Amino acid sequence: MNGLVYLRNVVTLKLDQQKCNGCLMCTIVCPHDVFAIENKKAVIQNKDFCMECGACEKNCPENAITVRSGVGCAAGIINGLIRGTEPTCDCGSEGSTCC
Amino acid sequence: MSFITGQVTTSTGAVPQISTIWSNRDVLDTIKVRWSVGRMNYKVEPGIYAVGTPDENSNVFVTANFKLSFDHLRRALEGMNAWVLVLDTKGINVWCAAGKGTFSTKELIRQIDRVGLKNIVNHHKIIVPQLGAVGVSAHEVRQITGFSVIYGPVRADDIPAFIRAGMKATKEMRAVKFSFWDRLKLIPVELANGAYYLILIPALFIILSGLYPKGYSIDLAFHDGLRSVFILIVTYLTGCAVTPALLPWIPFRRFSLKGLLTGWLAALLLMYFHVLGQQTLEIISWFLMMGSLSSFLAMTFTGTSTFTSLSGVQKEMKTAVPVQIGMAGLGVIGWILAKFIVL
Ligand code: SF4
Ligand code: SF4
Repeated sequence: MNGLVYLRNVVTLKLDQQKCNGCLMCTIVCPHDVFAIENKKAVIQNKDFCMECGACEKNCPENAITVRSGVGCAAGIINGLIRGTEPTCDCGSEGSTCC
Repeated sequence: MSFITGQVTTSTGAVPQISTIWSNRDVLDTIKVRWSVGRMNYKVEPGIYAVGTPDENSNVFVTANFKLSFDHLRRALEGMNAWVLVLDTKGINVWCAAGKGTFSTKELIRQIDRVGLKNIVNHHKIIVPQLGAVGVSAHEVRQITGFSVIYGPVRADDIPAFIRAGMKATKEMRAVKFSFWDRLKLIPVELANGAYYLILIPALFIILSGLYPKGYSIDLAFHDGLRSVFILIVTYLTGCAVTPALLPWIPFRRFSLKGLLTGWLAALLLMYFHVLGQQTLEIISWFLMMGSLSSFLAMTFTGTSTFTSLSGVQKEMKTAVPVQIGMAGLGVIGWILAKFIVL
């Protein structure tokens, strides 16, 4: 997609299909088209596109999705290391994105 | 506030009515934000606003109180009658605020309650920008307030089409894109972010440039110093502007490798024009420094890009940062040594 894919096989996204009720919410909120619905259940179709934003986890009514969400941002990680906190972005307010 | 044009009366009181047209001032604000001029000051008062002459059946659009988010939304609502509910996100845009937890389930519930949304509209739908989903949990909002969250398109400009399609966003509207143009728009911020170092580091190089085996020369500081500054600026632009702009066309997935490659290409170019000096040791040192700096700067663009994951960036940094520091350190030592010994 867009020729812009980041590193392979590092993403922490997990889906427990047992819990899924097929509500479609994850396919709606994901900005990178990671989920698809097959046989009324969600499936992860494009795992490497995931940017770990956490929208799917937050909006899954059945708690079927887990992902370690955070800012995928070098400056944010450095910030976090300096302050001894989780990676946090110091972004003021850019147009459409973070940091 | 220049965008308020009047008032609309509702059962809960008067609601400010806002314009859907950008004034010159709004355009200027947008440009200033892009260039990071006083970017923290562009806040909108949280609360409810009216576009056109909305009534109890009109749609409710939720946004952040970052002025640019608000401006894009009201411009997209041109010709409609609608309500705009502005959350208090401390003047930060929707996506950042959602990530930070200010554009959140809690704040949305609080504002719905505070403005008395139940008394203003008689339906139970609120339209939240899709990127807000990072901070908002639709089912929790429904459980507590009774309002169903409908996630609108990622870009405000798609709202008219979204409404026409019966509040359905196409796959296109749901995807966060990161086009050449999007990346170009972000470059000013990247450049401005490093502006502080842009003064400090060159100053250091100018001072050190004066060193030579017999002591210190102001003349040398001036000539060699300016040359160093020129090289640093070229490297800075390579890492902060050229690399982001050409991102998908530069090989490698890791941003640090992309930056290293462009940094070295820039170094080759400068070497060709004899800008890196005559001495082998100095040239090697410049390659180390330019590669390291460009690589680091390119890596910081992961923060502005829209597809890098935390796990990925952490993995990348684990190897990249030590290498960058090592290269920069060796480069600086070599560069200083080159002033005293001829290799
Ligand atoms: S949001 Fe959860 S329950 Fe709904 S389809 Fe996705 S995984 Fe299944
Ligand atoms: S974390 Fe974000 S990008 Fe990853 S699958 Fe969930 S919604 Fe999509």
